[in-house]
Amino acid sequence: MSALLEVHNVSKAFGGVVANRDISLRVSRGRIVGLIGPNGSGKTTLFSSIVGYHPVDSGSITFEGREITSLRVPEIARLGLVRTFQQTRIYGKMNCIQNMQISVPQARATVGEMFSRFPPEVTDKAEALLDFVGLYSKRFLRAGDLSFGQQKLLEFAMALMNQPQMLLLDEPTAGINPTLINGLIERLQRANADLGITLLVIEHNMRVIMNLAEHIYCLAHGELLADGAPAELQKDQRVIDAYLGAH
Amino acid sequence: MNDATIRGAVYVLVASAGLVAPLLFPNFTIQLAFLWLMVLFALTWDILGGQMGYNSFGNILLFGLGCYVTAVLQRDTELGFYVSLAAGMGLSMIVAVAAAAILGPLILAMRGHYFAICTLGLGIAVADIFAGWDYVGAGSGIVPRLYPGEVADRNFFYYYILFALAVAAFVTLRVLYRSRFGLAINAIRDDEDKAEAMGIHTTRYKVAAWMVAAFFLGLAGGPVAGLVGFVDPRDLAFAGPTFGVWMVLMAILGGKGTLWGPVIGAVVFHITQEFFWTYFLGWQRVMLGLLIVLIVVFFPMGIMGWLREKRPRWFGEVVRGEAEAKAGERAA
Repeated sequence: MSALLEVHNVSKAFGGVVANRDISLRVSRGRIVGLIGPNGSGKTTLFSSIVGYHPVDSGSITFEGREITSLRVPEIARLGLVRTFQQTRIYGKMNCIQNMQISVPQARATVGEMFSRFPPEVTDKAEALLDFVGLYSKRFLRAGDLSFGQQKLLEFAMALMNQPQMLLLDEPTAGINPTLINGLIERLQRANADLGITLLVIEHNMRVIMNLAEHIYCLAHGELLADGAPAELQKDQRVIDAYLGAH
Repeated sequence: MNDATIRGAVYVLVASAGLVAPLLFPNFTIQLAFLWLMVLFALTWDILGGQMGYNSFGNILLFGLGCYVTAVLQRDTELGFYVSLAAGMGLSMIVAVAAAAILGPLILAMRGHYFAICTLGLGIAVADIFAGWDYVGAGSGIVPRLYPGEVADRNFFYYYILFALAVAAFVTLRVLYRSRFGLAINAIRDDEDKAEAMGIHTTRYKVAAWMVAAFFLGLAGGPVAGLVGFVDPRDLAFAGPTFGVWMVLMAILGGKGTLWGPVIGAVVFHITQEFFWTYFLGWQRVMLGLLIVLIVVFFPMGIMGWLREKRPRWFGEVVRGEAEAKAGERAA
């Protein structure tokens, strides 16, 4: 199967700190892939490099076979490669419906559409997706007034509204209570299975990532340490050492 | 009585007050004309400052261009008064919108304080350029074409132009804020990085927002120049320390990022200011300064912002379940 996202020997340094060194990974279309590693191992830096938040020092990134290494954030997003943030980011002073409406795919927006109201289909879809994440009754509240967990769900719903081909999720379950986590995992799987969205997930919760991902990459000290199926990785001595600090 | 009825009643009330005010108080026509100018200033400032989160101190630049372009066109052509005013306003609008379209991509790439400081510098620089440019009369200013008629008629004439412009700005913004454009600039205000990460054409929307402000500010320049009868570079056209600061204060006082806030803020501010002139002559600037401090300290969210905190339900912030929503639809 051809790779949807291909990262080839990417390096990124901030001053003297090498955050990513020669990292390569492939994500095939329709898969759920995990990215793990101890704090400070360069996971979020890699995400930022992929979506064009900062330029990489060397290496290349392709999406659907297209070179995206030097494209900027909005351009990459419009290709259908969208990220969510570790520190949840929503539009706090707008209500949930508005947050959803403005998250429609932007690639084909004409000048006429820029200055007209959203058609009812968009609102219907926004409501359906809010229902999907369990926020329907809160749809007229300001997003900034929601709890952290609810904001996280809203951000996920916004990402789905954008109809991406691929979603990069940065710790989707951080700060969410255990009951809600189970619901979120199920929704991530449904987004993958029903909507065909490829997922690349950074996660610290091992129970979550081992259940969710089909393939996992593990980073440590900015380098790719190991990759494989969840079961293999759990037995990998290097991964265990990295997490326990023997590295 | 439902919301739509109340809203309709408010619109009719404000519109008719605007129409008959100069007939009831003919001695105050100039002040009333300036009231609508203030409303227009606050409304157009709020597009960037309130709805988009970009505090611009440079909007006065667009107004000043409007004053000068109309005055120069009236000075240098042989057209009749009305034609020259119409042509001048049209050209002013084009020049102001073009200025926003050209400068916008450059300065709107800056964020936060950097943007504010940059626009402040721009306003000062342009005022100095016009104050030293002989073609536009340099420091001694320029006199636009005189209104062919009585002074009282002139005042009425310009009053209704400015009233119409303020109403047009309000109606246009009301439509725009409900469109994709409105939500996009709100998204930019709340989190521009997120907006970019979601693929929104942020630069396109930011420049468009400034062009909308420029459209109305450019149109307003000519009539104000005609009403005052003299375009001074620093006291009227590019009056940063007065108009330029007031437009910010009025929007903040009324409530940034709301449609009615700037209107309410402008009315309260203008009336208070006239009151200061009347009762504290000699101290009016001190009183105004005091008022500014009080606004910032006690009303940082403005009148509408304060109301929204106290009465979120009035602004539609309600928890609504499916059953309740369906019942609501049936009732409506």
